[in-house]
Amino acid sequence: MVTGIIGRKVGMTQLFLDDGTLEPATVLKAGPCVVVQAKTQQGEGYDAVQIGFVDGKYAANKPTAGHFKRAQVPATRVRREVGVAKGASAPAPGDQVLVSIFNQGERVDVVGTSKGHGFQGVVKRHHFRGGDKSHGSMFHRAPGSIGASSYPSRVMPGMRAHGHMGVDRITVRNLKVLKVDAENNLLLVKGAVPGAAGGYVVIRKAVAAKPEPQPQLQEKPKKGKK
Amino acid sequence: MTSMEMVEKAQQVERPRVEPGDTVRVHVRVKEGDKERIQIFEGVVINLRRGGIRATFTVRKVSFGQGVERIFPMHSPNVQKIDVVRSAKVRRAKLYFLRDLKGKAARMKEVKKSK
Repeated sequence: MVTGIIGRKVGMTQLFLDDGTLEPATVLKAGPCVVVQAKTQQGEGYDAVQIGFVDGKYAANKPTAGHFKRAQVPATRVRREVGVAKGASAPAPGDQVLVSIFNQGERVDVVGTSKGHGFQGVVKRHHFRGGDKSHGSMFHRAPGSIGASSYPSRVMPGMRAHGHMGVDRITVRNLKVLKVDAENNLLLVKGAVPGAAGGYVVIRKAVAAKPEPQPQLQEKPKKGKK
Repeated sequence: MTSMEMVEKAQQVERPRVEPGDTVRVHVRVKEGDKERIQIFEGVVINLRRGGIRATFTVRKVSFGQGVERIFPMHSPNVQKIDVVRSAKVRRAKLYFLRDLKGKAARMKEVKKSK
């Protein structure tokens, strides 16, 4: 069985639970996906599958079209590699991957591309404090010292500086699945997901899910006699 | 219908038309231990925030001389029912000025709503 699926971020809303609590939710159009290529221990050295997001028409160029022809599936524009559950039956090209691989209450990881922010200074990009705006400060949003002088006579690698911000691959781990709508291929996860609405994300089963916190029943200490 | 509408429409509950200035009785589900009962919160709607499933309204009442306000999500499953008791003529959308008024000054002229 495949452990992930490609989705498109639809947007955010909120969801009432049965007990009336309100949860922030991101709506994802997850799948339907199709297995385009199965990677195996014998062939590629590891087990994985490449899946494609079936979403409108896509005029593939000749080399790409050949890739799909081998799997005998229609060409899909968005393709991602996802893992395969251990011990499960090996997926074959042409297999469908649907949102029903997830269950309500399960934890998932969502991998996406963050929103672009362009060229940003250190205050926005690395949360530098900056200086006073007034009181004759003369030091406002500059980075300040970036190291010592004649020794080492260079800037240490990894020094945080201004530059391009956003459009990074971001993984948000352990988001709770609030609802699975298999009929409409919709998945509702609790909280926010990287990127803008309309962006593509990979949703996979959480790699480091912790057990669900159980409400602790506290034993009341008995007063008086033991 | 867009995906977002599908998610939101499924949760929406049929509610009477509530407007600022209305006096409403909100039937709230209250959970005490494993028992559940209905509590009624009656007061004037001083704020109505639209937005589909995200709509909320604020009800103000004066309880034992102490002003109490409660914000209800319009489509919350904890709100069992909303009754509009009476409607009043108001000239603004947010009736926050009522917080500074009390007694006779906080009265409002009733209008009969045409259904």
